[in-house]
Amino acid sequence: MITLKNVSKTYGSGDKAVVALKDASLTVPQGAITGVIGLSGAGKSTLIRCVNLLERPTAGSVVVDGQELTELDESALRSARHQIGMIFQHFNLLSSRTVFANVALPLELAGISKDEIKKRVEPLLELTGLSDKAGQYPAQLSGGQKQRVAIARALASRPKVLLCDEATSALDPQTTASILELLKDINTKLGLTILLITHEMEVVKSICDQVALISGGELVEVASVGDFFTAPQTRLGREFLNDFLELEPPRALVERLEATAGPHTHPVVRLAFSGDAVSTPLISRLARECQVDVSILQAKVESIQDRTLGLMIAELMGDSRQTQQALDYLESHDLKVEVLGHVTRTA
Amino acid sequence: MSPALLELVLSSTLETLYMVAVAGLISAALGIPLGVALYTSRPGQILARPALNSVLSIITNIGRSVPFIILMVAIIPLTRLIAGSSIGTNAAIVPLTIASIPFVARLIEGALNEVGPGLVEAAQAMGATPMQIITKVLLPEARGGIINGLTITVVTLISYSAMAGTVGGGGLGDLGIRYGYNRFDPMVMLVTVVILVVMVQGFQSLGDHLVRKSNHK
Repeated sequence: MITLKNVSKTYGSGDKAVVALKDASLTVPQGAITGVIGLSGAGKSTLIRCVNLLERPTAGSVVVDGQELTELDESALRSARHQIGMIFQHFNLLSSRTVFANVALPLELAGISKDEIKKRVEPLLELTGLSDKAGQYPAQLSGGQKQRVAIARALASRPKVLLCDEATSALDPQTTASILELLKDINTKLGLTILLITHEMEVVKSICDQVALISGGELVEVASVGDFFTAPQTRLGREFLNDFLELEPPRALVERLEATAGPHTHPVVRLAFSGDAVSTPLISRLARECQVDVSILQAKVESIQDRTLGLMIAELMGDSRQTQQALDYLESHDLKVEVLGHVTRTA
Repeated sequence: MSPALLELVLSSTLETLYMVAVAGLISAALGIPLGVALYTSRPGQILARPALNSVLSIITNIGRSVPFIILMVAIIPLTRLIAGSSIGTNAAIVPLTIASIPFVARLIEGALNEVGPGLVEAAQAMGATPMQIITKVLLPEARGGIINGLTITVVTLISYSAMAGTVGGGGLGDLGIRYGYNRFDPMVMLVTVVILVVMVQGFQSLGDHLVRKSNHK
């Protein structure tokens, strides 16, 4: 539905040229939700603005719904934009218009009759839960309600694609969740293809099918969300994931960790389970088969799309032969095992 | 005050109102489009025309820098062409209008500048034409600022109109100078000043009220 091919964007020229986007290629399939994640200044905003040509790429091709946008003239581009809805971090609602009139704006721009506008706006207000707010002005609404108005407005021209530019970044976590739910809902109900940019892994985790990691203007990793969360392929991907999962050993333990094993130490390991490993009772088997005791220091399980991801920090208690055997056992069961260090036996 | 003088006060008040109203309406009708042109032709704006923008800006600045009393005399040939005479109330309206067009334009430009760039971007993303952006986004969103600017213009026109007497335009200012100042009649002076103060207060209150009504922020 959206295909970006080798899209580059450079601001200025000569010595002052700033490369905001370098050779970015990305395909968003019909009906999918793709999230572009990156730190601020990574080029996320430029990327999403290149999709509806709010920024004109310096090179590359932008195809939306089979139409090459970079070749269109002004007026053809305007009608192509009716097919591409967009919502923004700061909502960008007109303060002089009521909720109803804001949602009606794209229809007015397209020259649709008053009666028809009424017929189309009302179901949208219902879909976004704003029916009782039709006559109010944006200033009377909360952030979440404003974003709902913006979503209804973006949907008014019945677009095939919705672009979300940091749509939840100005909202609190609870409101974020409800807006994401709404986006997922319209994605399912209307079969709308969604491209969003965000700096929050939570957003990617909760609604995206595909994730693209952007850094320094380049798309460094594009993967399905399931693959990305269980096995990111790049260092940056792993950093993002670790920051998100926040599974760091407790401070008291870190202070006791030693880099090398001694005669009286136990290894402390970080285990990542995915796929079948999650549902297998590995820890109890480990205890039985390798004769080690396992002390779980921290653990969490995340559900990402249809996958489950388990993470655990544990101390393996046994002599050095037993613990080595235990590590081998874990690795042979498709677990990602990372030895964080060793602690001196307390008992 | 004699009945004759009273009648003079009344007709002067009407002359002032007439000059301010006609000059105000025409300068709004021409100054608003000029202000929109000044704003939208800026580099990076929806109708970016940097060369045109510089030209408009220079003309506007010239219009605003000439002192009103000099402008009034300097454009006498133009006044005669438009009003058919270089003296009288109608003749005073021409320089009043010409002086306030660039004034209005700068105030409108400033009001439009207060509209968030995100709103224009959102409209562009919806496929709005530049004309639609002006009529559906910029002007309605800047309505409060525009009304405020027009109120300031009307008040400025009332004060400028006091100089209309120089070309025989009449009005309250003229009455105050001729009867109050030149003939040492403190009563006439007081009455004209009081009427002018009440007029300015009235227009300012009306403007403020309209701004409040249009403001949903």
